[in-house]
Amino acid sequence: MSTGTTKLDVVVSDVVPVNELVTRFHFRRRDGELLPTFSGGAHVVVEMRDGDRTRLNPYSLMGSPLDTREYTISVRRDDVGRGGSLFMHRSVKPGLEMVISYPVNLFSLDLRAKKHLMLAGGIGITPFMAQTAQLAGEGGNFELHYTCRTASLATYADVLRERYDRRIRLYHDDRDERIDLDRLLSTQPLGTHLYVCGPAGMINWVRDRATALGWPSEAVHFEHFAAPQPGLPFDVTLAVSGKTIRVGEQQSLLEAIEAAGVDPPYLCRGGVCGQCETNVISYDGKFIHNDHWLSEEDHRSGCKIMPCVSRFEGRSLVLER
Amino acid sequence: MAAKTIISRPIYGTLSPQPGKHHLFIADAEGALAIVDMAKMAPPGFFGGAEIVFIPGLDGKHVAALEALKPAQFHLAPSFASLLPRLKQTLGNAHMGLRLYLAGTEGLIGQAMQVALEAGIDHTSMQTEHRGSLARRMQCVHCKGITENVTTQPATCSHCGLLLLVRDHYSRRLAAFQGVCINAEDRSEIPPTEEAFP
Repeated sequence: MSTGTTKLDVVVSDVVPVNELVTRFHFRRRDGELLPTFSGGAHVVVEMRDGDRTRLNPYSLMGSPLDTREYTISVRRDDVGRGGSLFMHRSVKPGLEMVISYPVNLFSLDLRAKKHLMLAGGIGITPFMAQTAQLAGEGGNFELHYTCRTASLATYADVLRERYDRRIRLYHDDRDERIDLDRLLSTQPLGTHLYVCGPAGMINWVRDRATALGWPSEAVHFEHFAAPQPGLPFDVTLAVSGKTIRVGEQQSLLEAIEAAGVDPPYLCRGGVCGQCETNVISYDGKFIHNDHWLSEEDHRSGCKIMPCVSRFEGRSLVLER
Repeated sequence: MAAKTIISRPIYGTLSPQPGKHHLFIADAEGALAIVDMAKMAPPGFFGGAEIVFIPGLDGKHVAALEALKPAQFHLAPSFASLLPRLKQTLGNAHMGLRLYLAGTEGLIGQAMQVALEAGIDHTSMQTEHRGSLARRMQCVHCKGITENVTTQPATCSHCGLLLLVRDHYSRRLAAFQGVCINAEDRSEIPPTEEAFP
């Protein structure tokens, strides 16, 4: 079994459509016991058994960490993705028995902060649902700025406004409302920590401005699960296990390695945690790196790859796996 | 430069200009030269957003060199204790984007870091550079009294009088090295005293 991926046998206790794109799923333990404790920002990896295919997708836990009777996740339907969200929306019904991983937190609050400044974009709101519940229970000082496309797609904005009132600021793209980011970042009291979750472009923008305005990297936290991108099929030789495998168009390299019966370590499956980092023994071709883990230097060197999200195009690739 | 012995023993770097609009420098004695050296790498206009708080020490050197950098604010203090209220007020009113640079003796760096930690700055976010004396600020683990400017090994606690081994074990919270009784079994046993931290 891979590191940190102890499994939980759960049953789907409720499925709630939230808006035209987002559906919420509730899980309870099949044995009726409490689920493991988690902290705001944690995610679980959900196993989706779809015929002969198994997908493993990470989703942030969005319920209150104070309540471990159930876990809740919200899934945004992606009609052009690899099918995980469509499977959740179409095939997962109350009563279905599923397997999820223990919670893992790669986006935790720094509780030494004097204040927590949160920036969410779209479905990136989900980890903040848990973090705000955690902080509110402890009397924590937070402020959440939430950008969404339209009012009807402002998932949970109503719930958050009801719970936290003026600590929640909303920005609607269709009304041309924009965060005055430089002003926001320049007026925070010393000791504020910044958290950002949303599309890659938003995360890069916020990190760049924060750096330019003198925010130390220790005070800037971000989470972006890169979904594995489809691409051209390619062949890989696994030198340690002596196997040659083909990575399909809709398959990630990690999934192809697992399908061949090799069990590499993994945690987030989204290019952020570093667990599945794999050494490259030799290659002839070019890498398509999609992770947030390896340095640019690592990417250029051709010595390492994150098989959860990255691909390869070329004649041959030999991995130390 | 201090050598790494145990994990709590602080390691200092070399000051380098950080991005941001506000820069607060706190330095004593030779620490001024770390700021002057860093200034050679600073972008134009950098010191227009800088405040330098300097404890010159007895010989009063380096004041002119710092003034020549034309910081937006320049403040001289006779001791760390005398600048403490001002430092607390500055940090209490500051916003994110303020960068902190500490240069000089370990006692100065440690005590300024202690105040900055309480204000919410992560210790790894601060720029530090050790210059000048190796004298240590020491806490007696027995009576908890702090003795400043310890240069010898062993050293006598200025509060309870015990003879203490000055360890590399350092507390960021207390901004002090730990001093442990060196002759607890037999107080008449007095090891030779060396000038270990000149």
